[in-house]
Amino acid sequence: MAVLVGPQTKVLCQGMTGRAATFHCGRMLSYGTEIVGGVVPGKGGSRHLDLPVFNKVRQAVEATGADATMVFVPPDNAAAAIIEAIEAEIALIVCVTERIPVLDMVRVRQALAGSKSRLIGPNSQGLLVPGVTQLGVMSTVDASPGRIGIASRSASLTSEIVLQTTRAGLGQSTTIGVGGDPVHGVDLKTCVELFLSDPATDGIIVVGEIGGTDEEEVAELIAGLKPAKPIVALVAGRHAPPERRMGHAGAFASSSGGGTALSKIASLEAAGAIIAPNAAGVGETMRQALAA
Amino acid sequence: MNLLEYQAKRLLGRFAVATPIGQVAASETEAFEAARRLGCDRFAVKAQVPVLARGALNGIAFASTPDQVRSQARAMIGKPLGGDKRLPSHIVQQVLVEERIENVREMYAAVTLDRSAGKLVLLASHSGGEGIEERAAADKGLIRRLDLTLENNKVVADFAWLAGEIAETPPVASGLANLFRDLADAAVAYDATLIEINPLALTNDGRLIALDVKMTVDDNALYRRPELALLRQENDRIASTATELEAQRFQINYVPFEGDIGIVVNGAGLALATYDLVVDAGGRPANFMDVRTTATSLDIAHGLGLLLANPAVKSILVNVHGGGMQRCDTIAEGIGIAFRRQQRQVPLVICMAGNNAQFARTVLENSGIRYVDVGDMAEAAAEVVALSRRKAA
Repeated sequence: MAVLVGPQTKVLCQGMTGRAATFHCGRMLSYGTEIVGGVVPGKGGSRHLDLPVFNKVRQAVEATGADATMVFVPPDNAAAAIIEAIEAEIALIVCVTERIPVLDMVRVRQALAGSKSRLIGPNSQGLLVPGVTQLGVMSTVDASPGRIGIASRSASLTSEIVLQTTRAGLGQSTTIGVGGDPVHGVDLKTCVELFLSDPATDGIIVVGEIGGTDEEEVAELIAGLKPAKPIVALVAGRHAPPERRMGHAGAFASSSGGGTALSKIASLEAAGAIIAPNAAGVGETMRQALAA
Repeated sequence: MNLLEYQAKRLLGRFAVATPIGQVAASETEAFEAARRLGCDRFAVKAQVPVLARGALNGIAFASTPDQVRSQARAMIGKPLGGDKRLPSHIVQQVLVEERIENVREMYAAVTLDRSAGKLVLLASHSGGEGIEERAAADKGLIRRLDLTLENNKVVADFAWLAGEIAETPPVASGLANLFRDLADAAVAYDATLIEINPLALTNDGRLIALDVKMTVDDNALYRRPELALLRQENDRIASTATELEAQRFQINYVPFEGDIGIVVNGAGLALATYDLVVDAGGRPANFMDVRTTATSLDIAHGLGLLLANPAVKSILVNVHGGGMQRCDTIAEGIGIAFRRQQRQVPLVICMAGNNAQFARTVLENSGIRYVDVGDMAEAAAEVVALSRRKAA
C-alpha cells in the first residue's frame, strides 16, 4: 500500500523524447514503473524506448488507459503540458520541470481548481514507493520498503532522510516532493492528510524550509486532528540570513505572515509535531518516536 | 529581480499610470542638470537602491533649487544605504530627481502573488504612505483585497467594486478602477510578482499619481521579456560582485558571506540545512553554494575555484546527495579539477550519498586529493569547523 500510486498505476511521460526524460524513463522502467507511452507533439505514431508516442495526452489516455503522467517538458511549455493533462482528466500529474514562470503556475492552479487531477510539483523530484514504483528523478539506492511517509519541499534533503530512515530500519511507505516553487500543486498539508489515512504509514516526516505557508498549514491541520501517528518535522534555514523584503504587500497578502524557520518550528511544535534537532537527526528522532 | 524605482516607474508609465516627472542621475552634476531641465519649484531627490523605508534612512531628500539638488545628490551618491547587522548595504549609484508633489492624500495600491492561494491579488487602501504596515496590523479592515483571475493574458476582476469601497467620490472611484486595471495588466505583461504603489497620491484636483513604486519581476520569465532581461544585466553590473556573476555563468547559485567555511551542496534545501549544521557546530559559513542539477564537472570546478580563490576560506565542506541528473562522480570530478588547478591546500571534508557515491570516492582517490570522508552530516559539519580552527591557529 502507498499513497497516490500503486503497482497498477499506468504512467505516461510528456516530453518523453528529451534527454532527461529518456534517461529517467529508462531508470523508472527498470525500477518497475509501468510506463505505457509518451506524449510529444509532432512525434505521434513513432516509438521511443520501445513504447508508443502520441501527439496528444487525450489520445494517449484512450489508447493506453494511463491514469498518471510525468511532465518533463521544458519551462516555456510546461504549464501548457500540465493543463493539457488536466483537461484529459489524468488523476495524477508529476512535474519535475524547474524554472516555470510563476504566473504560468497561477494559470495551472486555476485549471486545477474543481478538476479531477492532482499535481505534484513543479520543480519536484517526484514520488517514490520503494520497491514498487517510481514517478520521478530521485536516487533509489538508499530507499527501502517500509512504514514512514515523507513529505518534503527539498529533493536533496529527502534523499538524505530516506538514507537515515533506511539506516534506522524503518524504510519508507511513500516519499513525495511537493517541489521548490512558490506556487505548486499538492502541498505538505495534503501529503500529511494522505499519510494519516494510509494504513501502510506508521510515522510521517515533514521536511520544510523558510518561506511560504506550507508548514503553518500542516501545523493548523494537526493541531485540530491530534493524530496518533508521530509526525517529525524538520525546517531548514534556522540560521539563514533574512531575505531582503520589497514592499509591504507580501505581509498583507498572506494571512499567517512570518515564514521564518523559527516561527514555523514554533507553530509545528505547538501543534504537537516532534521537531528534529537538525537535518542529520531526522531518522533517529522518528525511530525514538515510534519506539516510545 | 527587484527593479529600481525609476525603472519601475518607466515600465508602469506605459500602462497609463501617472508618475511625477523626473530624471535619473549618476553624479551630482547630472542631478543638477536634471533639476534645471525639469524646472520645478520643488524637488525630491531619491536614492536608487532596492531597500524598504528609504525615507527613514535618509535615502529621500527634498530641495527647492538645482543647487540644493546637487548637494543632496552629493550626500547620497557613493554612500551605503540599508545595511544592518544581518544584511549588507547597497552603495547608492544613482539618484532619481523628481518634481515634489505636495498636499496630497496618501493611498495604497499593489498587485502581488499570494503564493499559498496560487493567485495574483490586488490590495488597496484609502490610507497609505509610511507606517502602513503598523496601521494595517492595528486595523484589519484597512487593506482591502481582490482576487484576480487570468484568462489567457487578460485579467478578470471587479475593479469597480474595489474602487467604490475605497473612494469617497464617484470621480475618484472611476480613476481608481482604471488604475487598478492598469496595475493588474502591467503585472501580467511584465510577469511581475509585485507592483506596489505606496504612496499613491490623490491630488486636490483629483489626479492619481504613483509617488513611489516597488516592482519585482519573475527571473524565470525573463526569457520571454527581453527588455527586462536587459535590465537584469544592467542591474547585475551595478549590484553584483564579479564572483557572483561568474558563478551564475557556471550554473552555480552562489551567495557570499563573511565567514571562513566554504560550503558546496546540491539543492537549496540541503544548502539551508548544511548552513544550519555548520552554525550549530560553532562555524561561520563563507557562502551558500548550490550546484544545479545540470552543472557539468567543469562548471563545478569553476564554482569550487571561486571558494579556493577566497583567502578567507579556511576549510571546505562538500555535502552532496547524488540524485536526478546530478551524480556524485560528476561533482567528484569537478573537485579534482579545481584542486589541481589551484595550488592552495585547503582542508576538505566530504559527505556523499546517493547515485554513484561509491564510484565518486574512487574518482577522488584517483585524483590524488586529500580529504576527510564523513558519512554523517552533523559529524561532517563538526569536522569542517574543527579544521577551520586548526588552520587558523
